[in-house]
Amino acid sequence: MKDKNILSVQNLTMHYRTRKGDVSAVDDVSFDLARGQSLGLVGESGCGKTSIAFSLLRLLPENAQLLSGNVYLDGCDVLALDEKEVRKIRWRGISMVFQAAMNALDPVYRVGDQIIEALQTHFRGLSEAEARERVRELFPLVGLDPGLMDRYPHEFSGGMRQRAIIAMALSCEPRVIIADEPTTALDVIVQDRILGELRAIQQKMDMSMIYITHDIAVIAEVSDRIGVMYAGRMAELASAVDVFEKPLHPYTHALMNAFPSIEGEKQELKALPGEPPDLLSPPSGCRFHPRCSRTIEKCMGLQPPFEEMGAGHFVACWNPLEVGNG
Amino acid sequence: MAEITKSQLSGLTEPIWRIRLRLLRRSFIENWRLFREYPIGMIGLGIIAVFGLMAVAHPILMEYVWEPRVYDPVIGYDISILAHPSQPSSTHILGTDPLGRDVLSQLLYGTRFGFSLGISAALVSVIVSTSIGALSAYYGGIVDVFFMRLADVVIMLPFIAILIVLSALIEFNGLSLALVYGILVGFGGQTIVIKSQALSIKVKPYIEAARAAGGSDGHIIFTHLIPNLMPLSFLYMMFTVTGAVFAEAALSFFGLLNIRMSWGIMINTAQAAGYLLAGPEYLHLMLPAGLAITMLCSSFYMVGRALDEVVNPRLRQR
Amino acid sequence: MGENSTLVNVVGLEKRFPVSAGVFGRLRGHIHAVDEISFEIPSGRSLGLVGESGCGKTTTGKLLARLLDPTDGHIYLNDEELGKIDLAEIRGQELKTFRRRVQIIFQDPYESLNPRRTIYDTVEEPLRVQGIGGMAEREARVVKLLELVGLTPASSFLFRFPHELSGGQRQRVAIARALVVNPVFVIADEPTSMLDVSIRIGVMQLMTELAERLNVSYLYITHDLAVARYMCQEIAVMYLGKIVEQGETEEMIRHPQHPYTRALFSAVPVPNPRRNRIAIEIKGGVPTPIDPPQRCRFYDRCLSGDDFCLNNDHPPLDDKGAGHRVACYKV
Repeated sequence: MKDKNILSVQNLTMHYRTRKGDVSAVDDVSFDLARGQSLGLVGESGCGKTSIAFSLLRLLPENAQLLSGNVYLDGCDVLALDEKEVRKIRWRGISMVFQAAMNALDPVYRVGDQIIEALQTHFRGLSEAEARERVRELFPLVGLDPGLMDRYPHEFSGGMRQRAIIAMALSCEPRVIIADEPTTALDVIVQDRILGELRAIQQKMDMSMIYITHDIAVIAEVSDRIGVMYAGRMAELASAVDVFEKPLHPYTHALMNAFPSIEGEKQELKALPGEPPDLLSPPSGCRFHPRCSRTIEKCMGLQPPFEEMGAGHFVACWNPLEVGNG
Repeated sequence: MAEITKSQLSGLTEPIWRIRLRLLRRSFIENWRLFREYPIGMIGLGIIAVFGLMAVAHPILMEYVWEPRVYDPVIGYDISILAHPSQPSSTHILGTDPLGRDVLSQLLYGTRFGFSLGISAALVSVIVSTSIGALSAYYGGIVDVFFMRLADVVIMLPFIAILIVLSALIEFNGLSLALVYGILVGFGGQTIVIKSQALSIKVKPYIEAARAAGGSDGHIIFTHLIPNLMPLSFLYMMFTVTGAVFAEAALSFFGLLNIRMSWGIMINTAQAAGYLLAGPEYLHLMLPAGLAITMLCSSFYMVGRALDEVVNPRLRQR
Repeated sequence: MGENSTLVNVVGLEKRFPVSAGVFGRLRGHIHAVDEISFEIPSGRSLGLVGESGCGKTTTGKLLARLLDPTDGHIYLNDEELGKIDLAEIRGQELKTFRRRVQIIFQDPYESLNPRRTIYDTVEEPLRVQGIGGMAEREARVVKLLELVGLTPASSFLFRFPHELSGGQRQRVAIARALVVNPVFVIADEPTSMLDVSIRIGVMQLMTELAERLNVSYLYITHDLAVARYMCQEIAVMYLGKIVEQGETEEMIRHPQHPYTRALFSAVPVPNPRRNRIAIEIKGGVPTPIDPPQRCRFYDRCLSGDDFCLNNDHPPLDDKGAGHRVACYKV
């Protein structure tokens, strides 16, 4: 019997070295991802969500330092692998769709050929014809006409290019796919279609997905579980419904109240005071305490532990909201 | 009275000009701190400082130490030595040239000329390229087409050859050479670089905001466009110095410049008297001037390279 | 001037950009970026201009701020100070004076402030170029505006540079710069789309509050319907250079009528994991409006279009009751 978790991240801590000092980008973050599950990581810019994704793929920039933590992909410690083994894991184990991925296609090669090349790099012995056939199957999955295989990237619209990138990320049948703001630059209607396709593929192929975004509405639509990040730490991690209906962390609660929606009655929006902290010198104790409405003395000095408060509902807060107070 | 009301309103305790001065100082210190991290720039700056000392030293030496009759870089002659050029000695540290003049004195005197030529040429080129680049980018259309095609033509010109031909028509002195060289560089490649930068600035929303506020073309060009071009212009100034010093050396070598003394002329003198390939014992006639030209050119180039890192921070995010 | 008098009246506004092709720059046609649009904004109210990228909403904003010259049409501004003027016609000094009354706020707070100028220089600039007040007076005005936009104490912001401020603070500076000359009408082009969630609401609330306090109307350009809902009393939806639907915000959100509006609204994700939103399908993607045919601009993507739509001109923006105007034959 295999472990039900495909991916397990434990106490991941990472710094960026800059000329002004160390930026504490990811601090003691832990989470598990079950097979076939979709985990949404939500947070504002600079909260560490993209850094986590890069850590999982070992694609960190030179000035990044992994200080501690383990990442297990199917029981295998990703952070302990050497460069050659990591390359095997990228694409086949974990693959990623980047934020600006639309521009990642090489303009001088046909779109189909680029995917074929990726396939042949990772599956030695796969013939050209077989790879072509595989791409022909992939294209309709992401809503592209297989006839478009022999076109060049500039003949594609932004949405089509993003779809091609998703097809490429799916081509090696990864066990985990990380989607980092894949629809941010796209229009609503195109975004909606791509979200739908991504979710359908993920469920159909029984793949696990980590979806990273700042958009609470998008995260609500694509995730089974949601991790809310703030200033490099995981504030709350729970099922999507719990996060929206029974948020325990004041930050989660504040985010929900600060998000305009076109659904239902027009709610009054509440602004969050202050600004996200500078991670060169993060606040002591709970990093959210300077902006929090429920700060108690303990919050200022001690970092709250990331603990399970209900079934599968983790939160890092000394003074959480009452259940049902959401 | 106005001063008082002002500070009351905004809670400022100082007059505005003093605050601005402080801001200027602060940004200078910040940039200096960045610049200091590039050894290449510091070496360049060190060499420039040495040349600066040399330039300053010459008039002082002439005034207090050296006998003008003997040590004047142009008309000096040491009658105590029978055969010129003479080898380095205690009285003439770098020896004398074929006309009996002290080589060290010539070298020091030439420094001042090399400096002023390089910097004035650079100033001319920067004024030309920045204004033409800014105007072409801002107005576009026919203005742009004209200056860009002109730049294409100028780029294709072989500068040294052109200068040689021009010297048959005009008598070049230091100033006119600086002017001609500066204009050639300014209308050429430098304009294209500055213009492409200006184009990227022109489309920034703050330019549109200035227009929406009612700012005239002149206001936008002078308060928004040109200040944002200055770092790049300054950078290209450094590279122009290098080119100008080199051009002077080349023209002097062919004896085409009407100037009293320069490094190029030193080499020309040695060459005219037939000591160019005369053997290692006459190296003191060529080497000091040649080395000085190389060093001055490379020092400004090195400073330019370091400035490039400061101005265009490719990896500064670290 | 009464509450409900018209502040801005746009009539048949049009902007075409020439498209050239080939080595010799032969004219290939025109992009109809803004295609004969008309709308009114009552004084003291704000209109949200919503649409996908390339629909012409930003071009419309720039036309109204006269950063672009319209190809055709009129933009009437009913101003207490200047009287009724046609912004599309004015030139020179008249245009410069008008700039005091109509201002614009841009999307990207990192690009809309000159990095080499202090906050004071930036906010003071409109006063200076307009020749308003003396040094002391201008400084007082700048300080007052910075305080109004919540940058307090103003003295600690005056002589800082944009790179020393956060995104939210920069956008507040941009708002102060737009409002420093006392405009009656401000075009806001996606002013919050680059800001983080926790900052965004603060800026939105500030803009709403200032609109009421200073009696300013916004043309709020955005792709985000939810934001438009909170910022504007009315919404107009643009598609390929045309306004296809316009009406009261809540009415529009509850009962969108145009097939495009319905598809667009249904595609907006909602922050509710229990809700199973069903998007209304439309065909294909947004085409480029190079010399589009006379028929309804939406015909090629519409699922309810028929021969009547094919054979007739683009439908007029008709009132379908209670000021809800829709440009569709099928509604």
